[in-house]
Amino acid sequence: MEPLLCWPDAPPDDVVRGIELAGYSWSAAGDESTATAGTWSGAVVDASGDFSAAASFLRLLRRADLAVAPVLLVVRGSQLTDLAGHHELFDDFCVAPFHPVEFEARLAHLLSRQGLVLDDSDTIVYDALILNVETYQASIEGRPLDLTYMEYELLKFLAQSPGRVFTRETLLSRVWGYEYYGGARTVDVHIRRLRAKLGEEHAALISTVRSVGYRFGESRWG
Amino acid sequence: MDSRQSYVLRTVEERKVRLARLWFCDVLGHLKSVAISPVELDTAFDEGVQFDGSAIDGFSRVQESDVLAVPDASSFQLMRWDEGGEMSARMFCDLVNLDGSPFEGDPRQVLRRNLNRARDAGFELMCAPEVEFFYFRSDDPRSGPTPLDQASYFDLTTFDASSDIRRETIQRLEATGIPVEYSFHEDAPSQHEIDLRYTDALTMADNLMTLRLIVREVALAHGVHATFMPKPMAGVQGSGMHTHLSLFAGETNAFYDPEHPSGLSTTAQQFVAGLLHHSPEITAVTNQLVNSYKRLVSGFEAPVHVSWARNNRSALVRVPIAKRGKEPVATRIEYRAIDPACNPYLAFSVILAAGLAGIEGGYELPPEATTNLFDPAVSATIDNTELLPASLAEALDRMEQSTLVREALGEHIFEWFLRNKRAEWAEYKAHVSQFELDRYLSRW
Repeated sequence: MEPLLCWPDAPPDDVVRGIELAGYSWSAAGDESTATAGTWSGAVVDASGDFSAAASFLRLLRRADLAVAPVLLVVRGSQLTDLAGHHELFDDFCVAPFHPVEFEARLAHLLSRQGLVLDDSDTIVYDALILNVETYQASIEGRPLDLTYMEYELLKFLAQSPGRVFTRETLLSRVWGYEYYGGARTVDVHIRRLRAKLGEEHAALISTVRSVGYRFGESRWG
Repeated sequence: MDSRQSYVLRTVEERKVRLARLWFCDVLGHLKSVAISPVELDTAFDEGVQFDGSAIDGFSRVQESDVLAVPDASSFQLMRWDEGGEMSARMFCDLVNLDGSPFEGDPRQVLRRNLNRARDAGFELMCAPEVEFFYFRSDDPRSGPTPLDQASYFDLTTFDASSDIRRETIQRLEATGIPVEYSFHEDAPSQHEIDLRYTDALTMADNLMTLRLIVREVALAHGVHATFMPKPMAGVQGSGMHTHLSLFAGETNAFYDPEHPSGLSTTAQQFVAGLLHHSPEITAVTNQLVNSYKRLVSGFEAPVHVSWARNNRSALVRVPIAKRGKEPVATRIEYRAIDPACNPYLAFSVILAAGLAGIEGGYELPPEATTNLFDPAVSATIDNTELLPASLAEALDRMEQSTLVREALGEHIFEWFLRNKRAEWAEYKAHVSQFELDRYLSRW
């Protein structure tokens, strides 16, 4: 799946957080040339800062040579009246501040209408590691791993995005869910257990990125 | 059915598990197990497994003795007892009454209740115990304990079996999802220590139950008896279970305060004050055997005085110095009275209750003990320092007066525990020991 286009160039934290929690990749595009240069699965445009600037960017996205779609627009409650007359410029909108679950649901809904869903294959393979998401089984070099449910879920989540660095907070909310109380230390404890079960030769599949979080597999930047 | 339960059912099928072991713990801390066939698991999740509670120590009530064991799917762990052997799996259970309410005789429910209380106050308890134990040649009580070696602290033993046994034990623990931080030969002959990496208190109590089983199983496979008895041999150190404790408030360690010269937050100081203040009341639970009090004597690195200190191993509560740069996570306190023959669910419950009482009541931390309390010359001069109970009988007297322990354990376990332990003491009192025979038989 191609990344989502994000506008403005420095999208607000809650938008970034919403996209990342939902598990999509994204890239910021502040102007026409950046938008033209990429290929996109869709766009998230934040109008809460400057509505008219956002509206002109939306017009750009709708241009036939670009045609970036679907477009999710983020507005503040006080801007809802501004939407009048602009309805053809976006596919859905979300009122900030929003709950990340709502944001994720809207994105998923828009994207699924384009036939875009996150990885739906049964097996995740990375080097010697094989995860079967249908049978909940994982093995390394053909040796089955005796994982608990949470260890399995954590490994699955990490292995779905090799090379990407996740903060403890992201892992906690994505893998454990919002209702969990344990705190980010829980993540460290489970990573330690996972590494032990992967065994000495493979423990390095999960690396610690100092003062950030964890990464599965090789860094994407070599 | 939630996804944890489907994970269990699917894994049991895929990995051809023959037996699912449902574990729980009696009031004294013995592990109990009901094995069920995997086809019954579905029903066990929905309805629980019914059994007669009156057969279990501390569960009995006059009427309605049936209880339900409901497996906790998040504790599901595959276990292989020997290489190539049959695959089995275990799950810890919560025990509930037939009407679905938590069963008041279940230590795991007691800990859950206490942890929820801490959670309401915004805290999550993290524990990291250091478990000491002995390997002996035989478990026949008549032959007396025979150590496997004469080695001492940190010794690298070469030609004896114990380092192999310990290595295999650690592999088994790691494979079961119990990370080990350190392990080494302890001070006394054939005495070993395994330090577990911190985790939340409920998981840690489950881990300790599993650890005691694995340590014994692996030893047994080598024809050796492992024991967590607190003081199996006179004249050498006993086995304690120093436990490192910290409270986390969300992402932050509530015990750490960089602004304070000691690095300890007000919360930590009040927690320690609470722990010290209530320590004599909770000792019957953290040190529950007649034999526990033979460890808590001066001269063998076990605490006797109710005291705290930063770098003084004679204190009851020690504040270890966190590694530089690791302070925000590693700031913690260490409770040194507790021994490995305790019921970890109940012991963590009363420790937490004592600490929380300190926080809620805003207790003042007494001055730090700066002298070596093990030195007889020093301890003789301290008259204001309170002592820990010197015997199980004394500990039970202190416990009986304690509203804190009564509330932490709940009426049912509190009453049963006192009754059971009073009976143990009465039997002990009537016993004529080797000491008496050696000393009096010929002279009087």
